[in-house]
Formats: sequence, structure tokens, C-alpha cells
Amino acid sequence: MSENTVNSRIQDEVNKSDVVLFMKGSPVFPQCGFSAAVIQILNALGVKFNSVDVLMDPEVREGIKRFTNWPTIPQLYVKSEFVGGCDIIREMYETGELADFLTNKGVENRAA
Amino acid sequence: MTIAATIEAKLTDAFAPLSITVIDESHMHAGHAGARPAGETHFRVDIVAAAFAGQSRVARQRQVYALLADEFAAGLHALSIRALTPDELPNP
Repeated sequence: MSENTVNSRIQDEVNKSDVVLFMKGSPVFPQCGFSAAVIQILNALGVKFNSVDVLMDPEVREGIKRFTNWPTIPQLYVKSEFVGGCDIIREMYETGELADFLTNKGVENRAA
Repeated sequence: MTIAATIEAKLTDAFAPLSITVIDESHMHAGHAGARPAGETHFRVDIVAAAFAGQSRVARQRQVYALLADEFAAGLHALSIRALTPDELPNP
């Protein structure tokens, strides 16, 4: 598959839902501690999200790194905007910024 | 030179940090995806530098990642980054 096709598939995923997490494994069975940490935070905030398991597709796994210009997974998108990886999401959650950010973006969450 | 030492040298050159700590956490991920028997795959970086002033969290981490592109290509798998300016340090 060409890089263009992968990019447009990723763009579709990003646009399709308000909150999208590119992760390893599924929300129920995360395959990596960093992905699991972000899932825990999203669940704690009661956020509805879609997830993409990059382990299911090597092209998406490499493609998302170029797409975001970010070499690690997980990656969180909100309203088609890249918010960050595990460190950033954790930091924003701990300071309360994440809930404010989601609320400002019009994404329902428990803190709102 | 260990990868931790390389990371520290590259980031020190680029950001002239007030402080920098690089910790190899690979042993905590032994046997998990991305780990190698030889280790040196998972690191944590704590860096405080005035150079980060006015930059978003994403921009700060992107700069760090960009400097370490060779290391990522060579098997560096995970890098936790805490990048602060001196002003953002928690009050003692």
C-alpha cells in the first residue's frame, strides 16, 4: 500500500470520532503499559473514544509515526488535533488540564 | 558510550539544560514488546532548560525526539520525557 493510502486511512480514523487513541492492543487488553495508562485516564474521565490497535496493521503502526511526526505509541487525537502521548496525557490529567481541554473542545467528560 | 550517555550528551548540547537526568528503565520492561535481551530500549528523561520557554508540550517532546531519531531507528523503543523550564519547577 502506498504511503498516501495509509495516510488517508489514518486521516479518516482521526476525523471519524471526536476522540481517537492509536494504541497497542485493545482498551480491554492493552498490550503495553503506556497504552494502558492512557486508557485508564480516559476511563477515569468517562470519555467516549475510539481506539485503533496498531499491532493489527504494520502499515498503520509505522504510518502513524510519520503522520504525527511522533515516534512512539500511544497517540491521542481530539477533534482531529494531536494532543500527545502517554507523558503529556498523564501530565495534563494530573494538573486537571485534560478535563478542561476536553470540555473546551465540547467532549463530554466526568469532570465537566 | 551507553545509549543513556548518548541521550544525555545530545540533549545537553542542544538545550544547555539547568539539569538533566537520563534513567535506563529497560529492565522494567524485560520480556515485553520492544525489549531486547541486550537492554537499552526504554528510557526516562527529566530535563529542565530555559530553551523550552514558550513551547507547547508537544513541541518540546518533538524536539527531543528529533534529536534522537538515529537512536529510535537503532532500537530505542520508548522514551518518557518530562521537559520543563526553570520557571515551571515545583516550588521547594
